[in-house]
Amino acid sequence: MALIELSGIERVFTLGDSQVHALATLDLAIDSGEYVAIMGPSGSGKSTLLNLLGLLDHPNAGIYRLEGRDVTTLSADEQARVRRERIGFVFQSFHLVPRLTAAENIALPLMLAGIDPAERTKRVDKALRDFGLTNRADHRPDQLSGGQRQRVAIARATIMQPAMILADEPTGNLDRATGEEVVRLLEDLNASGVTLLMVTHDAALGARAQRRVMMEDGHKVSDGA
Amino acid sequence: MTPLDTLRFASRAATGYPLRTALMVLAMSIGVAAVVVLTALGDGARRYVVNEFASLGSNLVIVLPGRSETGGFNPANAITETPRDLTVEDAQALTRAPAVLRTAPLTVGTSEATYGGKLRDITVVGASADYLKLRRMDLAQGRFLPAEEPNAAVAVIGAKIQSDLFGIESAIGHILRIGDRRFRVIGVLGQSGQGLGMNADEIVILPVAMAQAMFNTNTLFRILVEAKNRALIEEAKAQSLEILKARHDGEEDVTVITQDAVLATFDRILGTLTYGVAGIAAISLAVAGILVMNVMLVAVTQRTGEIGLLKALGAEGAAIRNAFLAEAALLSATGALVGYLLGQAGAFALRTVMPTLPAYPPDWAVIAALATALVTGLLFGVMPARRAARLDAVQALSKR
Repeated sequence: MALIELSGIERVFTLGDSQVHALATLDLAIDSGEYVAIMGPSGSGKSTLLNLLGLLDHPNAGIYRLEGRDVTTLSADEQARVRRERIGFVFQSFHLVPRLTAAENIALPLMLAGIDPAERTKRVDKALRDFGLTNRADHRPDQLSGGQRQRVAIARATIMQPAMILADEPTGNLDRATGEEVVRLLEDLNASGVTLLMVTHDAALGARAQRRVMMEDGHKVSDGA
Repeated sequence: MTPLDTLRFASRAATGYPLRTALMVLAMSIGVAAVVVLTALGDGARRYVVNEFASLGSNLVIVLPGRSETGGFNPANAITETPRDLTVEDAQALTRAPAVLRTAPLTVGTSEATYGGKLRDITVVGASADYLKLRRMDLAQGRFLPAEEPNAAVAVIGAKIQSDLFGIESAIGHILRIGDRRFRVIGVLGQSGQGLGMNADEIVILPVAMAQAMFNTNTLFRILVEAKNRALIEEAKAQSLEILKARHDGEEDVTVITQDAVLATFDRILGTLTYGVAGIAAISLAVAGILVMNVMLVAVTQRTGEIGLLKALGAEGAAIRNAFLAEAALLSATGALVGYLLGQAGAFALRTVMPTLPAYPPDWAVIAALATALVTGLLFGVMPARRAARLDAVQALSKR
């Protein structure tokens, strides 16, 4: 059974009096543990696709099955729970809460899930160790380098042990060397079994994925290795 | 998200923007402090007046000549129109009423007192021996009017008269000239401070017969009656009225008022004033509430990206709403607390500047101010919090 199964997905935005098909009759199946790069020029619908996969956006038509379950019909709170437990997000601009320390940022999903503080500290400490951030635990985001910030964001995305990680241009705000480091981190996670979906317009980065989905004008134009 | 986490998250958010939080707390605290200080002032005035009345003597019933209330048609009214005057005999007759402890006839007039070439205007009060106890006055020196000699040419003077005319020398035993008569000073009243109506420090008390002779009259200004105890005040009033009616040929031509009634009226007027002042001050609390809303709306806009992130991390609408509500509640609670302390400090300052005014804020005002601050804070926090919870995650995330 596929982890992700999209069939006939459509997403239409209304801009003024014209309608833009961000996604048109899209079918896509992704298996558990895959490493998929979603590529395409800007405006091709790749970010919209990622938002849909992350349950942040709703399709106008079509069915999205996550782990065999139709998630398009879930209530907002049920979708929030699915996001919390099964999906980890990594953003181009990191999206760390500026007033919280690295450790507190990593603990956010655990706090939202209502996990008790002792267990939280244990898991955050382990994550800090795994991502080499132990001596940065009490630093606020503005005291961290770009690479460290993205590492904090990845630690946060994986702290709930999700089934998949959705990364939207994770290296977009980083220099080449730091970007390389971050991508390797994500690939290591993928190697340990987490499904990795990465939106990028960087061909070199895309080439590293096992599978590339090329988007253009809301259509999937190619899909394969 | 557990309530404790919500609270911690909200307090981190509040402390994360110190200037905004400080201004918010200041606005709310000014509102609460205004209520506390103004009600302290209003209630202080009320207590001051009530205390002043109590110092006139409690259980007091006052008899005035003439009628100020209509009691329906009475055949006697048709015959005579001028009310009979009150006399010293009337006052003595009232002592026989079972509910009455003591009475004091009272005439009042103004004259001039001279001693050693010094002259000043005085208020002459003609009274009897019981007047001192009835009015709860203190003697600083000497003794009060003797009961056994109602026609003695003696005077008891107020503290101010003593210091103005006699200086540091004791007035006791000296002869004081009042008008064209001479009186021996036998007592000096203790300092009483500024009282309602007449200042007891600037009066000279003479035996009532002497005062009447001086002013060439045989009528009284008032008869003061003291009931045996608080429960008997109404009875004393009724009995006095009955006795005087019988003495005045069945005509009810006097007015009897109780101190309690006067006191209750003042109490009511000043109590209402305090409520009014509290209401005016409460407007500033409402303004502070609107400010909370404004600040929280700005916070939502400022933190749109963060709200999007929380949604992406799986926060339910309720969690986000509660976090923002908790922040509004924290801001108003802190403001209320600071305002309470400021208000108490203000009331303390008032009491220090005006020691005679017991400017303590009433409990109801303090509780109402704190509750209003919290409720307005929460109420005005609801709209911004709901707006935050309803934000579209994708749009919120794209905003930085």
